[in-house]
Amino acid sequence: MSELTKLTIAQAKECLKNKEFSAVELVEAYAAKMDEGRKYNAYVCETVELAKEQAKQSQIKLDKGEGGNLEGIPLGIKDLFCTKGIATTACSEFLKGFVPPYESTVSAKLLADGASFLGKLNLDEFAMGGSNETSAFGPAINPWSKDISLVAGGSSGGSAAAVAAEMCAGATGTDTGGSIRQPSAYCGVTGIKPTYGRCSRYGIIAFASSLDQAGPIAKDVRDCAIMLNSMAGYDAKDSTSAKVDVPDFEKFLGGDIKGMRIGIPKEYRVDGLDKEIAAYWDKAAEMLKARGAEIVEISLPHSKYALATYYIIAPAEASANLARYDGLRFGNRVDGDTLDEMYINSRTNGFGKEVKKRIMVGTYVLSAGYYDAYYVKAQKVRRLIRNDFMNAFEKCDVILTPTAPVAAFAVGDKSMQNDPIAMWLNDIFTVSVSLSGLPAMSLPVGLNKEGLPLGMQIIGKAFDEANLFKAAYALEEDANFKGAK
Amino acid sequence: MSGMILKGNTGDWEIICGLEIHCQIISKSKIFSGASTHYGADINENVSFVDAGMPGMLPVLNEECVRQAIKTGLGLNAKINKRSVFSRKNYFYADLPQGYQITQFEYPLVGEGAVKIDLEDGSSKEIGIERIHIEQDTGKSIHDISPTKTFLDFNRAGVGLMEIVTKPDFRSPDEAGAFLRKLRTIVRYLGTCDGNMDEGSMRCDASVSIRPVGSSELRPRAEIKNVNSVKFVMQAIEFEANRQMQIYESGGEIEQQTRLFDQTTGETRFMRSKEFAHDYRYFPEPDLLPLDLSDEFIAEIKSGLVELPDAKKERFVQDMGLTPYDATVLSEDRETAEWFEKAAKGHDAKKVANWMMGDFFAMLNEKKITLAESPISPENLGALVELITSDVINGKTAKDVFAIMAETGDNPEKIVEEKGLKQVTDTGAIEKIIDEVIASNPANVEAYKGGKTNLMGWFVGQVMKASQGKANPGVVNKILQQKLL
Repeated sequence: MSELTKLTIAQAKECLKNKEFSAVELVEAYAAKMDEGRKYNAYVCETVELAKEQAKQSQIKLDKGEGGNLEGIPLGIKDLFCTKGIATTACSEFLKGFVPPYESTVSAKLLADGASFLGKLNLDEFAMGGSNETSAFGPAINPWSKDISLVAGGSSGGSAAAVAAEMCAGATGTDTGGSIRQPSAYCGVTGIKPTYGRCSRYGIIAFASSLDQAGPIAKDVRDCAIMLNSMAGYDAKDSTSAKVDVPDFEKFLGGDIKGMRIGIPKEYRVDGLDKEIAAYWDKAAEMLKARGAEIVEISLPHSKYALATYYIIAPAEASANLARYDGLRFGNRVDGDTLDEMYINSRTNGFGKEVKKRIMVGTYVLSAGYYDAYYVKAQKVRRLIRNDFMNAFEKCDVILTPTAPVAAFAVGDKSMQNDPIAMWLNDIFTVSVSLSGLPAMSLPVGLNKEGLPLGMQIIGKAFDEANLFKAAYALEEDANFKGAK
Repeated sequence: MSGMILKGNTGDWEIICGLEIHCQIISKSKIFSGASTHYGADINENVSFVDAGMPGMLPVLNEECVRQAIKTGLGLNAKINKRSVFSRKNYFYADLPQGYQITQFEYPLVGEGAVKIDLEDGSSKEIGIERIHIEQDTGKSIHDISPTKTFLDFNRAGVGLMEIVTKPDFRSPDEAGAFLRKLRTIVRYLGTCDGNMDEGSMRCDASVSIRPVGSSELRPRAEIKNVNSVKFVMQAIEFEANRQMQIYESGGEIEQQTRLFDQTTGETRFMRSKEFAHDYRYFPEPDLLPLDLSDEFIAEIKSGLVELPDAKKERFVQDMGLTPYDATVLSEDRETAEWFEKAAKGHDAKKVANWMMGDFFAMLNEKKITLAESPISPENLGALVELITSDVINGKTAKDVFAIMAETGDNPEKIVEEKGLKQVTDTGAIEKIIDEVIASNPANVEAYKGGKTNLMGWFVGQVMKASQGKANPGVVNKILQQKLL
């Protein structure tokens, strides 16, 4: 039974087609893993019975030789996606008990393609965080933890942990500054943040509107491609959705990368970069070179401003996006004698510390007297950061960097919690990409000496997920991480 | 010069006033959601998830609202900006579900324009338009259902508004009144707003300051918010100007402030000062793209524009020979203007105008019906005038025919035919009647010949009576003159 959960989505699809097992059996296999893996606190809401019903419907189609792209495939959904009739909380006290009467476009597309939903996955509250420790449901635990509990990463910690512990065939995540890529790296799984505008944001609880993107977290590159095929696509209900065709991302896998130019940004070789990570970075470049790719040094001169830029823009947009959480029309209201008191009580009670911190920073940088110096300036620098990539992409086709400067750290690591800058530095390799709206993928390439997975990030041109998948597939094959676990 | 001069103890003061008018856009759906704008729906019946500010919801721009605003801009002779940008205006209030209003701040859809107003003394003045932008309306707070609770109706939340900002060109309450009436006429002509201040679909804020006559400084102003009738706007401006004068003359200062108008007392009341003015933290709306309009789009709207009141009035005077007064009255309302044009087509326009402004409007008033409900069609009124012009009937008979038309709706030719009301122009027949009258009234004939020439009217009357009013009075006069020589 547990063999079923080892299968990738691609393999499971094949097996379902060949009637080696039923869709319901596949759900049951994952359900058993969910029981085993409860200690990872990956799921904040389990919907196994629903998944079985969905699987039954899938089976009917499969029996007829029909079925969608993900027919009968059990997935976990990050609890930031509004799922109709299923509790959606953004892992916040504010929304505990909120059941949306509407479905996000991305999760609707997954359902339309035949997927079944095993449950909602843990995340940092309102997607704000890099360790999944700010969740109102407690932290998601990295399945690679041995004696000490390690963080699963964030904000999509639950998603990455669930995939790593075989508690779902694949999961959805969202990425604003690295929230798909970093937890994927920490948990030794694969995840892609597509180009901004590839996937609809409709129905995804908004954190930072100009940065948020949905994407898959799965066992390998092929599974990510399969899932992205279902998730991506123009949506008229999202005005920032891109009117571009969705190619079959799977067909780029195995493409020859001879002559592909791999950019290595010199500014990312930061002082004190962990030696093991640096070594894997070099090794990854060598592997691609051995396949005929060309390694090119590039420069992204404004990289050092990326964190500051991100931590001005994202909180600014978040401060406005979270203004609707006032306890009046939905969510957990704490009454007061006046309207303002009710707002203050509800929001003080409902929001965690990190969320409050970011709302305050965001409000400050938009306020009179500071708007020009902070927000406008940050948007200008953002343009420069994006220009860096545009210029670099004249010399290369994809860019290779580590995903994170460290491996998964311990839950409750005070040095991280007490030093927000240290926590925020986790995003150093990922935020520039988000600011520029570019697609990027993280895949595991090996273990460090503590036996924890390390990930490499491949960044592509806007809407050029094709080259991303090509390069990533090649690197995945050569790195042979699966063999390492 | 139409400005109002306030005579103070220390000297003369003039009023500087600008208006900000919010006009609800006529459209089927709201500006950023598909919910209906239909007035009079049940409470909270026309509220979409987007309007309610639910988690994950996103705005989508309604093209019709953009068209309506462009039409209005063209109607106010204003520049249409090809690029405009939406912004978030952030503040907390129960009637604002998102915690921010989507509006346009730095880059509005419409730029500078001008409107000519006609004043009572016959002069006209040009009022400058600063800008027009489009934005969301808020919901409605209902405070008077309960002593301890406020109830919210979100039907209005998200309805499109055009905010029209004038330059501070008003120098008297009358000018402001004339402008508001003109604006109302224009938007009703265009069909972009119904201009009903009492229903709240057009709301006016007046900014008032004063300065010594001859000075060119601009002193701090008081903004009087949400005044809901033209009369009250005029009252508010006058009261506020006098209030400020009294303060200045007693050595005080005016601080920039917001005030409310109390309809029962006719006074303005302090609401809040500049210090406590909200910091709205405006920033560009990241959920919407900048609005880029093509020349073709604007040209298409321009070519489809109805003829505006000023142009119509001009044409009524120049081409149709109406007096400016009649032209103003008949062009005030598009429905009336078009009715008039139909009636006047092919007939004596001036005569038609006289009939409309006289007997016709009187008839509508008496029956308490609207133009649309008129039993007399415009074509029939025109036909009636034609019968007079071509001497088929005389003026007196026409009034009788009109009265019958008002009851039956029949066309005048039919009535004249059926009732044998054709004017008698046959000189022979008239001569015969005249001879009889002269023969029966020798005393008056003597008196007339003896010098009492005002008896002519009496003679004419007798002939008309004897002919049952059908004789052509002109012919009667002529023959009588000859016979009584």
